[in-house]
Amino acid sequence: MYGPVEIRTLFFASYKELLGTGELQVDLPAGATVSDLVSALRSRGGAFTVLPSTPAVAVNMTYTDPAAVLSDGDEVALIPPVAGG
Amino acid sequence: MNFTAIVREAIDPAQVLSLIGADQDGATLLFLGVVRDHSDGRSVGGVRYETYEEMAAQVLSDIVEEAAEAADTDRIAALHRIGELEVGEVSVAIAVSTPHRAEAYEASRYIIEEIKKRLPVWKKERYSDGAEEWVEGRAPDAASAPQTDGS
Repeated sequence: MYGPVEIRTLFFASYKELLGTGELQVDLPAGATVSDLVSALRSRGGAFTVLPSTPAVAVNMTYTDPAAVLSDGDEVALIPPVAGG
Repeated sequence: MNFTAIVREAIDPAQVLSLIGADQDGATLLFLGVVRDHSDGRSVGGVRYETYEEMAAQVLSDIVEEAAEAADTDRIAALHRIGELEVGEVSVAIAVSTPHRAEAYEASRYIIEEIKKRLPVWKKERYSDGAEEWVEGRAPDAASAPQTDGS
């Protein structure tokens, strides 16, 4: 009933090195959640399968639960364990 | 006014201290995080910090506002440096001034601990033998939302 949602997906640090890219555009069906996005990424095969199944995720720069529903145009970052300080 | 920044240039502690302090403050506290020369028994030559800069700027500001509210001060400065750092260089500076010391210590400790829990910054160590490795960090969780009580 609604078109797909386009998600701007960002990768940093070890994830960026692993995948060889810092950013991907991912199209998902309407109603897709954060964990659906992670599953879609992991199903691409190759290095993507090494991504954790439940990484920390920030949607539009806020840490977000895996069950959260995504909206068209969301910026979703997969956040490796942080090591600032 | 509180001050926060993600910076690429060297942090000057004297300049950070100049951002805080007021006539009613009897305590000024400066914490510096410094690159050390070893990690888990390996000799470290330097580190590289990477960040999700827009989010890190927001999270650092959130953390400082939480600490400021709890300590009832608006005189906190917190900076995190990113990029290539050598041993001995300052990666983090946190300066707090308050009327009495207890609030300053509490705010400073809160800020560094929250940085380690939820600031989207990553560290790659460069060892003396030429190898490099991402430091195993802490997984932030969805509950890492701003804490309004600052505890």
